[in-house]
Amino acid sequence: MKYFGKKLITLIMTLFLVSVAAFLAFQMIPGDVVTSILGTEATPEREEQLREELGLNDPPAVRYFHWIAGVLQGDLGVSYRYSKNMNEMMPVAELIGDKLPVTLWLALVALVLIIVVSIPLGVLWAGLSGGTHAVQTSEGVRRWFGRAGHILDAALGVMTQAAMAVPSFFLGILVTYFFGIVLGLFAPGGYVGYEENFLGFLGYLVFPALSIAIPKIAMTARFLRNSMLTELSSDYVRTAYSKGSGKHRVMYGHVLRNAMMPVVTFLGMIVAEIVAGSIVVEQVFGLPGIGRLLISSISTRDFPVVEILILYITFVVIFVYFLVDILYRVIDPRISGT
Amino acid sequence: MIRSKEGMSNGKWNKYFVAGLVMTGFAIVLGIVGIFWTPYSTTEMSAAEKFAGPSLGHLFGTDNFGRDIFSRVMQGLGTTISISSLVVLFSGSVGILLGAVTGYFGGLLDEAVMRVTDALNGFPSILLTLVIISVLGSGKQNVIISLGLVFVPSYVRIVRSEFIRLRDMDYIRRARLMGVGKLRILFVHILPNIFSVFWVSVMIGFNNAILAESGMSYLGIGVQPPDASLGKMLSDAQGYLQSAPWYALAPGLTIVWVVLGFSLFGEGIRRWSVSRNG
Amino acid sequence: MKRGFHMKKKLCGLLFTALLTMAVLGGCADGTGESSGDNSSGEPKGSIVVGIQQDIDSLDPHKATAAGTKEILFNIFEGLVKPDENGNLIGAVASDYTISQDGLVYTFTLRENVKFHNGNAVTAEDVKYSLERVSGLLDGTPLISTLSAIQSVDIVDEKTVQVTVGSANTELIYSFVASIIPAGSGESAEANPVGTGPFSFVSYKPLEGIVLAKFADYWQEGLPQVDEVNFKIVNSADTALMELQGGTIDLYAYLTDSQAQALKNSHQVIASPSNVVQALFLNNAVAPLDDVRVRQAILYALDKEQINDFVGGGAGTLISSAMLPTLKENYVDLNDTYGTTANVEKAKELLADAGYADGFDLEIAIPSNYEFHMQTGEVVVEQLKAVGINATIQAMEWGTWLDEVYNGRKYTATISGITCDMTPGYLLNRFQTTSKKNFINFANEAYDALYLKAQETLDLTEKAEYYKQLQKILCDEAGSAFLQVPANMTAINKDLMGYKFYPVYVQDMSTVYFQK
Repeated sequence: MKYFGKKLITLIMTLFLVSVAAFLAFQMIPGDVVTSILGTEATPEREEQLREELGLNDPPAVRYFHWIAGVLQGDLGVSYRYSKNMNEMMPVAELIGDKLPVTLWLALVALVLIIVVSIPLGVLWAGLSGGTHAVQTSEGVRRWFGRAGHILDAALGVMTQAAMAVPSFFLGILVTYFFGIVLGLFAPGGYVGYEENFLGFLGYLVFPALSIAIPKIAMTARFLRNSMLTELSSDYVRTAYSKGSGKHRVMYGHVLRNAMMPVVTFLGMIVAEIVAGSIVVEQVFGLPGIGRLLISSISTRDFPVVEILILYITFVVIFVYFLVDILYRVIDPRISGT
Repeated sequence: MIRSKEGMSNGKWNKYFVAGLVMTGFAIVLGIVGIFWTPYSTTEMSAAEKFAGPSLGHLFGTDNFGRDIFSRVMQGLGTTISISSLVVLFSGSVGILLGAVTGYFGGLLDEAVMRVTDALNGFPSILLTLVIISVLGSGKQNVIISLGLVFVPSYVRIVRSEFIRLRDMDYIRRARLMGVGKLRILFVHILPNIFSVFWVSVMIGFNNAILAESGMSYLGIGVQPPDASLGKMLSDAQGYLQSAPWYALAPGLTIVWVVLGFSLFGEGIRRWSVSRNG
Repeated sequence: MKRGFHMKKKLCGLLFTALLTMAVLGGCADGTGESSGDNSSGEPKGSIVVGIQQDIDSLDPHKATAAGTKEILFNIFEGLVKPDENGNLIGAVASDYTISQDGLVYTFTLRENVKFHNGNAVTAEDVKYSLERVSGLLDGTPLISTLSAIQSVDIVDEKTVQVTVGSANTELIYSFVASIIPAGSGESAEANPVGTGPFSFVSYKPLEGIVLAKFADYWQEGLPQVDEVNFKIVNSADTALMELQGGTIDLYAYLTDSQAQALKNSHQVIASPSNVVQALFLNNAVAPLDDVRVRQAILYALDKEQINDFVGGGAGTLISSAMLPTLKENYVDLNDTYGTTANVEKAKELLADAGYADGFDLEIAIPSNYEFHMQTGEVVVEQLKAVGINATIQAMEWGTWLDEVYNGRKYTATISGITCDMTPGYLLNRFQTTSKKNFINFANEAYDALYLKAQETLDLTEKAEYYKQLQKILCDEAGSAFLQVPANMTAINKDLMGYKFYPVYVQDMSTVYFQK
């Protein structure tokens, strides 16, 4: 209980620090909100009016406290940049609420791709490589593949290394080129809104999700293979064998289950990464998710939106790390609370 | 059983190490040469040679201004490698210093540093660089400063945890009892023992720096034209994917080559240290 | 052995499952790819998707300042008058107007049967309200600077409105394109934009776009032709190209030359002059550019033809001063002054005269969101190198550029474009010494005096003559290096007919229809 309390306080403190840092950074960024909204053609009176409307004439400290007081009362403020209708600006909550599903669904599709491909791949690969003390287990596989098994094992090693080396924007370009232009499987940029046509929306998401998933698949498969090999070489597996337990039971009942634990936490971190902002991939594929909202809001100096997005991202990352931490404790009670 | 033992012995790390060494060595030589000399001018434009496909004269073809892409890849590689080296040098040394002090002594300073690194870790690094660049403005030096800052926490974490692990080792206790000075313990007794772990993270850091630098240039906030940079070339090339796919492939594959080289190199070092220690 | 076989089968099954999943995913992707293709071609022909470059800055037609927003709002709102595709004014909400001899009183006769999208007929009250709102008579905040000249708006009768202005200005009539909105709608909460245009507002989503529907009661018979227009924000011109090819957008007006080339066979591709003057703007108040010889040297060093070829595919129109060639009566061709190709010797000579025989360093600030200006920058840097000027590019975010370069004037040189509305004086106005918009710090007394004369005269021929002299001064004094009026490269779906090109930022969708 003490542990949770401490974690909670740390979380709140970190969020507070981040919000102050973001606010200060915004004070330093050159570029005036009002001119960046109004451009070159507005009248000076209009500029002054807008400055007053946005409360920009108050000293920075006052503005920060206004803002944080609002947030604590559940009022996230309104965007400086985006209109809701003719006379009102878009509330930040509504704006983010509209864009968040895009990023969340993207994360989900990517996660499904990662799990569906990397876990069978990792298991198969572990079988190919063989564990130190579990030669018999993989003998079947190896015999089945024969010489090809060795080559496949080595090839998987090289391929996964290479897949991890591709930067996400280049991968995005490659996916666009190969699936979009060469194969014509999707119309690049032809994003469909989730409210309009949900299936079309998901179908489009498969490709950006693929760009996110490919390096993560490689990482997860390697991770799973290594942790399975470690498990296979551990004492309990030998004992199980010597007791005459069936191979499937050993392989899937014990080895895979134990090997999966660290993989699950690894996946958790990946989820945090994607949910927090697939900034580049959203940019390449023109997805109106929170990553793109963040980029455009920074460039238009839309402070209320940027501040909330940064807090959201920080929160997700810390929270997922926290969950991972707890999961570790559940698996391994030896870790003491610090 | 015999075969799998082989996997852990000298035979295997060699392959990774050698492959990594060859790949990175080739890229580094090409890049360093590219800083001083390229087969063609990297800025001179020629309307007649717009979008020439790869040929013997132009290995990677030419771009929308008729410039030789191979020469620009060489120059871009040089820029990327020099920026990444400075970033690693900066964040690595600050990381060692902070990690050593906080890990060994603990206490309030440790708490404060850890809170800040936590907060920095919470930020996606691309966002943090974006904010720093917005404040400082774009350009080579600012890329180095912002990436240098962004990567400090990862080194602090690694160095700190190693120092925490080692500070209670018997040989360190003995040294303390014998009255060896704190600085000496930190940098003579402990530091050399964390190098194998540290080198792996330097290799990873190199990769992250290269990816981040090209990512920033891709987003237009990194190296400024007409200086060539791999990321900027990629973003320029995106519009010509259909008519001139080589324009995107050349810088893209170059990045993959370098990053792959460094990760193989890092893997080689890791396996070598495992086989030596275990 | 038996066990081994078992294992094999199991793994085989696993592999099969994995393959199957991938196949299913692939198949699913395939299906959606096709269906989205079907969608665009199978949709009712009454709906078109137009790609736009940027998000809109306001849904309030009086507060919107971005050209990219105005080109869309043109379909929702109308002023008393509006431009046609030749750049002339035609009646819109007003069927007719007269201007008094002294140029101080404008009398507008409202058109019969003009309705707002909410079904109400337009009244003189609505016109009075709208004009008072933009001119600042309502709350002291003028929203359109030229219309702040309005002193009073009087309702003569139900169908006649009289506007009195403080000083005569023959170009003021162009400002009456300002939108007419229902009285009070500018202040009421939850107000969706309501105008009198051919399309009514349906929805707007940030980062995505704006959807409009046909207004059945539009005063012009037979218009609009399509039922729905979807203005879709396109991330970049690269994406636009792919979307045009994929059929997810029907029309896009801001392609680069090489993209336009790629679409030649599949689309109608048309180049039309834009209303943007692109220039390498020089800060006349900063050394070494405060020396006219240095500025002239830069002008001689530039090869405008090469710039146009590399960046605009040769489709732009070369210029040497601040006027659009499309404003024919007011334009004078000054391209011979410095030539359109580089004159390196002359440039070096002038630099030596000014004491810069060895050249100097020059930083060129460019707003990085404009790929066109960035590419121009790369060519300019290379051209200046030939005369010994060591130029570098400083890319800036648009917000920073506005703040530091445009408003703060803290820069040496910058590449950007200034857009022109329909009034010829608009582009020249900003180069008066004391103008708030004179961000190049151009200071020339003769110019100032001449501009005042041009503004005062009510005779249009005389005015045009003054404008030509102003252009010449700006060119001779090398106020800035005016480069070109870039062409808008528009690609249109082959089946889409009736698209009209305007000399101003307008995307008129009312006349567009699908060919059977």
